[in-house]
Amino acid sequence: MLSIKNLHVSVGDKPILKGINLEIKAGEIHAIMGPNGSGKSTLSHVLSGKSGYTVTEGSVTYQGKDLIEMAPDIRAREGVFLAFQYPVEIPGVSNVYLLKAALNAIRKHHGEPEVDAMDFLTLVKEKVRLLEMDEKFLYRAVNEGFSGGEKKRNEILQMAILEPKLCILDETDSGLDIDALKIVSEGVNSLRSPERSFVMVTHYQRLLDYIKPDFVHVLAHGQIVKSGGPELALELEEKGYSWLDEQVAA
Amino acid sequence: MSAVTASHYTADYPAIAPSLPGQSLPWLQQLRTDALQAFSATGFPSPREEEWRYTNVSGIEKKLFSVPANQAASDVSADLLKAYQLQDAWSVVLVNGRFSAELSALSGLPDGVSILSLADALATQASQVQSHLGQAVNNAEHGFVAFNTAWFSDGLFVHVPPKQVLAKPIQLLHIVTQADALATTRNVIIVEESAEVKVVETFVGADNAYLTAAVTEVFVGQNADLTLYKIQSESEKAYHFGGIYIKQERDARFTHHNFAFGGLMARSDIHADLDHSSECVLNGLYLGVKRQHIDNHTRINHLKPYGISRETYKGVLDDKARGVFQGRVVVAEDAQKTDSQMNNRNLLLSVDAEVDTKPQLEIYADDVKCGHGVTVGQLDDKSVFYLQSRCIDEETARNMLTFAFANEMVDKISIKSLHDNVLEQVLARFPQQGVDKEWL
Repeated sequence: MLSIKNLHVSVGDKPILKGINLEIKAGEIHAIMGPNGSGKSTLSHVLSGKSGYTVTEGSVTYQGKDLIEMAPDIRAREGVFLAFQYPVEIPGVSNVYLLKAALNAIRKHHGEPEVDAMDFLTLVKEKVRLLEMDEKFLYRAVNEGFSGGEKKRNEILQMAILEPKLCILDETDSGLDIDALKIVSEGVNSLRSPERSFVMVTHYQRLLDYIKPDFVHVLAHGQIVKSGGPELALELEEKGYSWLDEQVAA
Repeated sequence: MSAVTASHYTADYPAIAPSLPGQSLPWLQQLRTDALQAFSATGFPSPREEEWRYTNVSGIEKKLFSVPANQAASDVSADLLKAYQLQDAWSVVLVNGRFSAELSALSGLPDGVSILSLADALATQASQVQSHLGQAVNNAEHGFVAFNTAWFSDGLFVHVPPKQVLAKPIQLLHIVTQADALATTRNVIIVEESAEVKVVETFVGADNAYLTAAVTEVFVGQNADLTLYKIQSESEKAYHFGGIYIKQERDARFTHHNFAFGGLMARSDIHADLDHSSECVLNGLYLGVKRQHIDNHTRINHLKPYGISRETYKGVLDDKARGVFQGRVVVAEDAQKTDSQMNNRNLLLSVDAEVDTKPQLEIYADDVKCGHGVTVGQLDDKSVFYLQSRCIDEETARNMLTFAFANEMVDKISIKSLHDNVLEQVLARFPQQGVDKEWL
């Protein structure tokens, strides 16, 4: 699904990622953990195609194609979805309009006809119920005046409707109370499938109590310093991140 | 002074005067004579005047726009009428500044309601006109008011008696078909106590250079409610100067929606005087492309306590277009507990587009709540990226965001057919790719 090889990324002259290697197969869930400033968000931004980052070395291959060469909208149509840490408010564009425009862009990309209006509404309403959202959210401007929890839920709603192949969750759990976290996690878990992979970037181990990862990677100073199974997250929970610094230093 | 350069207009006046309405009314003749004198002294406004510093009208001084001899209603194309005349409204159609009975639709008026051309009103209810004409604004305002008072060839007259709630909107459709025409129209709208009315002023024209110089005087009685729309869709070669002067009585509500789309150079002056607990809402949207110059000048005078005013003007400027917003709110010493908010937001789509924005608050009372805000900027990169990450290509994302910015003002239109018409016009002015008309 996704193959990251020796990825080096700079912002301006400053190197942020310094040789990331990561293999993600279809159906797998990978958690990327690490302290603030370790490069976690940079990694999700680079994967989604945000401007302002320079890939100085290495490669990212998604389904056999060079991901870095693709424009952000093409990546999205090819099935890469970024759930934003800070979802953007878009006044004047309703949620339902954006969903329909996005879904139709994907269908057009794959040579399929536009979605039928009735089928679309049925689909959207089903997903709205799944995320325990109010239908009136659909007709409000995208994220405008939403609470933090509502914004994160809205990201997962979009994900549920667009059915991406590679889902990147950037700090989706931060700032959520436990009830909102449970709803978001259930939403994500309902989307798990053998064809769909997840990259969960998170600062907190708490998320992994609700969404079980297959692999946990620890990012520090722009490199993956340790990889393991779910038990690694528990170790981090116990010891914090500081012991990793010592390990890197040594 | 500009008086010298406007002298060819005063020289042209004697030839035109006999064709203007109200020849047999001495009070009106006096009004016109005074106005001509005032105009001869000042000419058109000069950029040396603070309120006109961004808008130089020398383009009309260099030419002579003159009142056409004929109304020429037959020049009006069916397509144009179909595009702009509201079907679910009473309409007064003016062609080249004069009333066309055949194009207007005025049947089925409720008893006591007057909707007719100003020339007809001068013939049938002159005293009602006399007691209002020149009462909301006078020659001292600026050269265009004096010019209009001397030159006006016709206009719309509306009188709605107390408590009458009109079921349909009233439309003034102002069409200019002839090149170099001067269309000088004067409108008087009187809404009596507790009556409710919606009026739409639509300005359109053939693809010619011409000059529209309109003045609308509005009287909103106690507890009455008037919503006035102005759709300025003049030819790209035209000059448009339109002033709207509003007198609000106690508890009166006035809402204005000002859509400025057309004209080579276009300016609107909107001045409202508020009494005790009156409410004034001014909404505006100006869209400029190519080399258009669009100026909006508003003034809200809070004269008595407990007045509320809300003003939102948004502008989108592309190419080499220039926008001007001058918004002034004056709170008199007597106007305690005034609650006033003014906002002007601008989107510049090209490096050559320009906007001059000048919000002004003048507060002489000490217990008021007043605020204003201005923004000038480009489309937000974060928003563009967010839409791209949701499969929308960059160009479409930019179009969507631009349209969304403007659509906030279009959405405030409560007359369905007018809403759809304005929406079409907004879509036509900016690239449409990816913007779905069914904006859910």
